[in-house]
Amino acid sequence: MPAQPVIQVAGLRKRYGSTVAVDDVSFEVYDGEIFGLIGPNGAGKTTTMECVEGVRKSDSGRISVLGLDPIKDVYALQQRVGVQLQEAHLQKRIKVREAVELWASLYRTKVDHEKLLGQLGLQDKRHAWFMTLSGGQKQRLFIALALINDPELVFLDELTTGLDPQARHAIWDLIRGIRARGKTIFLTTHLMEEAERLCDRVAIIDHGRIVDINSPSGLIRRHCPERTVILTTDDATAEATLGALAGARVSRDDTGSVIVRGDAADLMTGVIQCLADHRIRVTDFQTVVPTLEDVFLKLTGHTIRS
Amino acid sequence: MHGLWNLTWLEIKIFAREPLGFIGTIVIPVIMFVVMGRALGGRADPSERLQAFVSADLPVFAVMLIALNAVLSLVTIIAIYRESGILKRLRATPLRPHTILTAHVLVKLIFTSITLALLAAAGRRFYPVALDVSWFSFAAALIVSSVSIMSLGFLVASLVPTARFAQPVGTLVLYPMLGMSGLFVAIDSMPPAMQAVAHVLPLTYAVSLLRGIWLGEGWLAHGWDVAGLMVVFTVCTALSSRVFRWE
Repeated sequence: MPAQPVIQVAGLRKRYGSTVAVDDVSFEVYDGEIFGLIGPNGAGKTTTMECVEGVRKSDSGRISVLGLDPIKDVYALQQRVGVQLQEAHLQKRIKVREAVELWASLYRTKVDHEKLLGQLGLQDKRHAWFMTLSGGQKQRLFIALALINDPELVFLDELTTGLDPQARHAIWDLIRGIRARGKTIFLTTHLMEEAERLCDRVAIIDHGRIVDINSPSGLIRRHCPERTVILTTDDATAEATLGALAGARVSRDDTGSVIVRGDAADLMTGVIQCLADHRIRVTDFQTVVPTLEDVFLKLTGHTIRS
Repeated sequence: MHGLWNLTWLEIKIFAREPLGFIGTIVIPVIMFVVMGRALGGRADPSERLQAFVSADLPVFAVMLIALNAVLSLVTIIAIYRESGILKRLRATPLRPHTILTAHVLVKLIFTSITLALLAAAGRRFYPVALDVSWFSFAAALIVSSVSIMSLGFLVASLVPTARFAQPVGTLVLYPMLGMSGLFVAIDSMPPAMQAVAHVLPLTYAVSLLRGIWLGEGWLAHGWDVAGLMVVFTVCTALSSRVFRWE
């Protein structure tokens, strides 16, 4: 049985003056998954997310979140979701503990905030002013604030932007931990690696339109199935021998390496089998597997950073 | 009302952690009041005009400074909170939008009251002229005036695009109003056009009300001033609730 949709968006549109930010966007987010909206800056990720959160009003389209209308039922919805906004700030001189206590006072359901600060590694920063926190600590505080009401659904907008790789990996672990406790997570990111490692399903958005939705591996299989094996060998027969593999396209590059390309999922197994069968001596063996970055380039015609 | 007291108390603590704002709001008006009062009132043979100024207009001038300080600081805080995304973040919680803004008004009113209390204490201790003023009435008049001027401040905060402009624009709007309020030049002696302008500015009503209460006149005699301040409050609040931007 497929999981229940927690978020349903159909035909969402939003324009700012003459600029169309979101153009007929439709998707569903299912219970218990990490769903990522991925695309370059200005693609419409944040606008879409803020319409779903009820922070922003859409021009047209239907949105249902936990069975509620995010504009009409905004106060009922806020009790059940956790929100982390892009580039948010708090008062410079608010203490971590004060922020958590204020947030806790606003919700009917609340988790133990000392425990929450502990989980997020902020227990030593309880009495620190917001302005003295590092980027990673601020983001962890915002995650704490998003989790204070034990929400069923958590929104995370560009959570790890501007963080160093170590802080980023720590936050990915945290988010996996949140899902493990049965929460649904809807996030946006322009980092393809983040989407690939973290998300169960992603929607690729570009110029306000959704280009495709699937699991990261599903998107790669569908749009960039080609795998590549690059091997270095002194065996002159290698090219011809490997060329006999079904579905394999073999060439040699200018350094003399043999390049085997093919769309089959078991291309690598085939190549290894073939090398072993024909006792071809190989001094180097590399594989190139396409990433979400390649899918994005293929679907939109540009890289995510350009 | 949910969360209003929590947020107000928090904002008071946060404001008190900023030394410059704290000194500017509370200490400066009190010092000015005492120093000017002693310098002008301590003369051997004060002229009648000077006597009148010291006994009524100086206290009114001091409290107007407090009120304007509060409004300017409110305008600046709202602009900074908006620009850095704090307002947007607070709004994405169950806090109602008007609760967030009311908390800031309350913070300013509380600091205004503290400064006024210090002013009263300083007056009792250092002031050369005997003060037989109903401080309760005067405080009430100051709060009515402050709320009205703050609503104008909110309108300014709604319209000013960035935090960098908030303070200068606020100053440009408010201080000329003080000049035309009748505190320095009597309204009757102004040219008719200026008189007409003076009558739509909230500070004119605030000065008239505060001066009257200070001199021991009753509230009934200043019904029009209170009505004027309430009209300003209603109009400005209605306008800013339409044009206020959260981000």
